[in-house]
Amino acid sequence: MAEMNAPLVKVVGLSRYFDVSAPWLNRVLEGQPRLILRAVDGLDFEINRGETLALVGESGCGKSTVARLVVGLYRPTAGSIVFDGVDMAGLGGRAEMAPIRRRLQMIFQDPFASLNPRWRVSAIVSEPIRAFGLIEDEAAIVERVGQLLRQVGLSPVDGEKYPHEFSGGQRQRISIARALSSQPEFLVSDEPTSALDVSVQAQILNLMKDLQRQLGLTYLFISHNLAVVRHIADRVGVMYLGRLAEVGPAETLFTLPRHPYTRMLLDTIPDLEMTGRQRTPVAGEVPNPINPPTGCAFHPRCPFANDRCRRERPEPKPTETGSAVACHAVEEGRLPAGPLPAAA
Amino acid sequence: MAAALLEVEHLRIEFPTRRGTLVAVDDVSFQIAEGEVLGVVGESGAGKSLTGNAIIGLLEPPGRIAAGAIRLSGRRIDDLPYEEMRKIRGKQIGAVFQDPLTSLNPLYSVGGQLVETIQTHTDMSPTQARTRAVELLAEVGIPGAERRIDHYPHQFSGGMRQRVVIALAICVNPRLIIADEPTTALDVSIQAQIIALLKRLCRDHGTAIMLITHDMGVIAETADRVAVMYAGRIAEIGPVRSVIKQAKHPYSHGLMGSIPKISDSKDRLEQIEGSMPRLTEIPPGCAFNPRCPQVFARCRVERPDLMDAGVTRAACWLYAHG
Repeated sequence: MAEMNAPLVKVVGLSRYFDVSAPWLNRVLEGQPRLILRAVDGLDFEINRGETLALVGESGCGKSTVARLVVGLYRPTAGSIVFDGVDMAGLGGRAEMAPIRRRLQMIFQDPFASLNPRWRVSAIVSEPIRAFGLIEDEAAIVERVGQLLRQVGLSPVDGEKYPHEFSGGQRQRISIARALSSQPEFLVSDEPTSALDVSVQAQILNLMKDLQRQLGLTYLFISHNLAVVRHIADRVGVMYLGRLAEVGPAETLFTLPRHPYTRMLLDTIPDLEMTGRQRTPVAGEVPNPINPPTGCAFHPRCPFANDRCRRERPEPKPTETGSAVACHAVEEGRLPAGPLPAAA
Repeated sequence: MAAALLEVEHLRIEFPTRRGTLVAVDDVSFQIAEGEVLGVVGESGAGKSLTGNAIIGLLEPPGRIAAGAIRLSGRRIDDLPYEEMRKIRGKQIGAVFQDPLTSLNPLYSVGGQLVETIQTHTDMSPTQARTRAVELLAEVGIPGAERRIDHYPHQFSGGMRQRVVIALAICVNPRLIIADEPTTALDVSIQAQIIALLKRLCRDHGTAIMLITHDMGVIAETADRVAVMYAGRIAEIGPVRSVIKQAKHPYSHGLMGSIPKISDSKDRLEQIEGSMPRLTEIPPGCAFNPRCPQVFARCRVERPDLMDAGVTRAACWLYAHG
């Protein structure tokens, strides 16, 4: 066991490429090249014990791929994921993974697809207990399932029901109970509230915060919703086309964003407090990740891009505000901290 | 206030089922003035999309309008025969739905679909219609409209597709657009562009919009007035600022509190306990009474109608006078 103040999860140079080429025959006959999609391309981050790191970004930026890599649903193309001192990429088969697997669990976005409709809730929640052989005694399992259901705000009698008898928010509570049943230290949640209504979202976010406090959990929280992230995260990473544009403490990132993409994202959020405010709509869309722009991937949409940005890919550099920013303009001091200057 | 363009009176939508009739929308009344944006918010199943579909006459059977009336510029449109309604739909009322991929026909080019719609409702020649279609695509912000007009829906990105759908909705200058979750399927940066586009069109053409969404942020930026729906009824309706800042109905108040805000990171969000009842289990009295923190005896027996609550109107017994 590693020492307590080391990060629980340390990701170095994490990459995952997908081969999206046409079938072999088409490539030969039509002379099409191989196509490689760099979904995640050289990511570094750490998650400390008991904290929440949130990854935000638009569709296709690779945030869900990161979640799947971290729990071991995908194997990385390159880089390492060190969980409590053990490099998961170096582990061989199922048997070697099992002790780690128990300690990290995942909550998925769609509570309708992630629960087996033919299983009773008690069977769903007790599955990890049985799979890892945590409790042998049948009566003790029933006891434990009841306790887990109470912990997520359901009742032990709900264990007799089937998933279709529950609303979306209650199903997400069942997913959380299932994730907690193996007594994990680390929970990865991929858009856990984006399929839910706002009032239910508030219930689930509050529940996740309460559980984190009670059980000392560490979270990797994937979301596209910056307001949700602001509420739940201690640190935030902003992703763009498979890379981190900016990562830093939540407070700093929301009050003093540095990367032009972060500022743009913050600027696009409709804010309830500013009824009638004119937003500056951002031009352009996320480019195709199969054929990303050269240099900094954000340069075609960036009002501060110059020749260097078009040529050279920026690496994350620490700033005086405690965040790391991958931007030439910030590094050269062309772009001071503070509100976004009006773009020409 | 300008004359009402759309009047919905005591609208009731029912679904007959084997186990009895479900009332999905119950006694809903509101008006939309010329050039006004009315936001309609509520959780899934509150009846907001059904209300929109009833107005454009696209209610899916077995759902049916059981009572009430819908008037467009004073003319009743809810009991028109199908062919009559088809002429109004598109010409006077446009529609923008959540998923742009299902609103466009994948087998026809974007231009073909625009030209067809324009020719159905006007007597333009094919050449004129095509010129108009290019203008429309340029107006909704599609770069290279002359070239893009011959492309098929799959060749457009999600945001661009939604622009095409908006172009289709406005192509014959309708007086009202029903926009049902127009930005929900889009990324935030694209969402901002589409909202700006809708606002601009509304201003330039004086088109009224009924904006159905669950995203209060979008409503706050776009709408003039907002109606909050709960379990098939309007819980509160009023100017957007008042509903957001000083909601009177305990449900709208709780709803506003449960939205995470970018400007402050408070430790806990306010939460409304429980969830919205199923249509089969709507309690007597006020439908919100089992979850309401301010419930009292009258709420459990008698159903409140909308009543004056300061600036807004709320269906809540707290505001009953005398």
